[in-house]
Amino acid sequence: MNRSTGLSRRLFLVRGAQAGAGLTLGLSLPMKILAADGVTGATGKNSDTRLDANAFVAITPDNRVIITIKHLEMGQGTYTGLATIVADEMDAAWEQVEAVSAPADKDKYKNLALGVQITGGSNAIRNSWTQMREAGAAARHMLLAAAAEQWQVPVGELSARSGEVIHAASGRRASYGELGTAAATQSVPDEVALKEPGDFTLIGKQQLPRKDTGKVDGSARFTQDVQWRGMLTAVVAHPPTFGGKVERFDAGEARKMPGVKAVLEIPTGVAVLAETFWQAQKAKNALAVEWDNSAGSGLSSGKLYAEYRELTGKPGLEAQSEGDAEAALAEGDSLEAFYEFPYIAHAAMEPMNCVVKKTDGGVQMWYGCQSQTWDQQAVAEVFGIRPEQVEIQTLYAGGSFGRRATLDGNYAREAAEIAKAYGKAVPIKLVWSREDDMTGGYYRPLYVHRVRATLDDQGGIDAWHQRIAGQSIFRAGPDKVDRTTVEGATGMPYTAANLQVEVHNTQELVTPHFWRSVAHTHTAYVAETFIDELAHKAGRDPVEFRLDLLGDHPRHAGVLKLAADKGGWGKSLPDGHFQGIAVHKSFETYVAELAEIARGEDGKFRVVRVTCAVDCGVAVNPDVIRQQMQGGIGFGLSAALFSEVTIENGRPQQDNFDSFQVLRMRHMPAVDVHIVPSAEAPTGVGEPGTPVVAPAVANALFAATGKRFRRLPFGKEVFSI
Amino acid sequence: MSVTLTVNGRRQTLDVADDTPLLWALRDHLQLTGTKYGCGIAQCGACTVHLNGNPVRSCSLPVSAADGQQVTTIEGAEGPEIRALQEAWHELAVYQCGYCQSGQLMTAANLLANNANPSDADIDQSMSGNICRCATYNRIRDGIKHAAGELSGSAGKADREGAQ
Repeated sequence: MNRSTGLSRRLFLVRGAQAGAGLTLGLSLPMKILAADGVTGATGKNSDTRLDANAFVAITPDNRVIITIKHLEMGQGTYTGLATIVADEMDAAWEQVEAVSAPADKDKYKNLALGVQITGGSNAIRNSWTQMREAGAAARHMLLAAAAEQWQVPVGELSARSGEVIHAASGRRASYGELGTAAATQSVPDEVALKEPGDFTLIGKQQLPRKDTGKVDGSARFTQDVQWRGMLTAVVAHPPTFGGKVERFDAGEARKMPGVKAVLEIPTGVAVLAETFWQAQKAKNALAVEWDNSAGSGLSSGKLYAEYRELTGKPGLEAQSEGDAEAALAEGDSLEAFYEFPYIAHAAMEPMNCVVKKTDGGVQMWYGCQSQTWDQQAVAEVFGIRPEQVEIQTLYAGGSFGRRATLDGNYAREAAEIAKAYGKAVPIKLVWSREDDMTGGYYRPLYVHRVRATLDDQGGIDAWHQRIAGQSIFRAGPDKVDRTTVEGATGMPYTAANLQVEVHNTQELVTPHFWRSVAHTHTAYVAETFIDELAHKAGRDPVEFRLDLLGDHPRHAGVLKLAADKGGWGKSLPDGHFQGIAVHKSFETYVAELAEIARGEDGKFRVVRVTCAVDCGVAVNPDVIRQQMQGGIGFGLSAALFSEVTIENGRPQQDNFDSFQVLRMRHMPAVDVHIVPSAEAPTGVGEPGTPVVAPAVANALFAATGKRFRRLPFGKEVFSI
Repeated sequence: MSVTLTVNGRRQTLDVADDTPLLWALRDHLQLTGTKYGCGIAQCGACTVHLNGNPVRSCSLPVSAADGQQVTTIEGAEGPEIRALQEAWHELAVYQCGYCQSGQLMTAANLLANNANPSDADIDQSMSGNICRCATYNRIRDGIKHAAGELSGSAGKADREGAQ
């Protein structure tokens, strides 16, 4: 396959300033001189030069291939995934490949699906697939051209393999490191040939060592680990309620404490700066802050459930409409159910944090940044500078699950406010406590669904009518449908003669946010437990019932059959064991999960096994896919069984892992993952494993108890804690 | 106040407030950042270090309580158990974000030091105090068993060679 790169400029030699970097080949698409401070371009020194360019590959004389990764590595394996694609097309040896984070530079490193530099929507591989292949193929082309010129042989007589160019006829060979300098003088090709899938050497390999390193010996550097000479640590006293404000505060005691440099009022609370974390924390505890908590005094989860349930009785905004569902419901024998989903925190292991330093020319930041573009905008607003003046060095994030990509900059903005208020050009590390992290909002919003359906006389679905009430993550007003509230309810794969999906957008003081798989966290639960209910009403096997209604959706049917087959759907089970199944597409990836639960001697259940089938197109890194399915299932199971934030009088009732229960080792089921072989373009795996497990377990629980569980989390009473 | 402790085999005297948690003494005063802050209330295990060879939650242990004691962090952890575990962690691709893994490894190393062949129930019991939000639990379990196998394999081999 030939691909036009649209490139014609020449490469330049770049002298890396980093010790030992020597001369490097900076391959850019099109040509771009790499940052003067090294091959990584990591500090964005060239951000004033605006070119429509992307730079992804550098080769050093000591034979390292350095691949710039435009997405945040937060555990999902994107360093490994994107590097695999580039390295395969350029025929690099996996051992010589290193991955580094891209600087904040929207023009070069934007997410091609979203138009800004951001990691989200499970699309790192999907949006970069062709871009990374072209980057690798162009590098390979130039290395071959350099060898042909040096050896005075036709390029057609050369081949490349594992980081070497080989001339079979003469037996000559040269490493990429040896050829890098000469390759840098070659023209960037106008067109590159991409490999046929059968020629892949790294893509699809079972287990390539991950490229995010340093994670078993404590040497990996997270935001929390950044240490600069003269750096101060900042902590913030935040209001205890949503909508709370500082009324007045007395910092007299705090300011006298050892190591304390400043106590500053900022828009989000009162910040304390000290030499070390513990000094700052003690001073924060010594602050006397009077809060105005009046704004949130009427806010409570119980009240929201009641209000939202009432809303679902009224017509909402139309998100999808086919036929006349109301009319069909009036004629048939309908089933109706209400579902309730709580606010839920992400609770990534590394609480939110950010290192910021004012400089002469702007601001420098170091942290696990998930949306460079949004954060640049927010920080620029705080300082009254241009977004390009905000340099961001993206570090590993200790988990995110959506938490770190905020529309308003959130904690990055707060760090900037502190640096601005302090005014001195010293590095400041903002550290949130677990309590700050868990009580600070940016939750998956609370939702209520009302769903009604009828069957036709052939046992198919005659009508399906669903109303959703809750906050729009994009803060849509009362007249606009936000797909991040409804997707997964809209686009239902099951054939229904009449289908209606409606939504009520609500406004609350709690900041709504993306949480791993977003709307699918609740829409998949409703769809897949209610379809199970309909199967039982029709007297059908839940798998066969689904398959009959999935006529136009072969990939849904494919994973459903595979999970049923591999998990032994319908087989005879030990006493006290029960099965449930669910299938759902999210972010263009199809996942089915069969959950097996077992009742223990104490009468409580455990999830003993989940069999997962996934169709994500070409499996770039099969083991990363398995990791993400396993992890996504664990994350979804936490929310299904235990995790929620409840609010009383504006105050979140859970603030740490003692009250906000999460999945632990003793709760984790065995997980078998089966990947559907596919030649389709690859799609994401970070999120799609998550939303399927809760309905699969709930359906198993129905098989065990005859009860439907319609408020999450449902495990506190019936599962072994 | 001044506290003297031996960290990773080196005597260190620190001038810190005596209520400073060991975690923050290690991180902010000794720049040993492999040990992580996760909850501050001994609920998540990310801060696990060894005090005189036993796993403790350094976020909830005042540094004064470690005065005169031996502290081992992930940076200084030595011995067959931790080495076998680290190799297994690579081999089985255990980690994802990696933030909790120092604590997981320190807890697992202690488990293996006391129990050469832990059962699933032993692993549940020892490891359930260490939260991993990436839910790498299956691979942690497999990694512990793999490391146990490697250790008993090499020990068994040494025994056989010794007998010849």
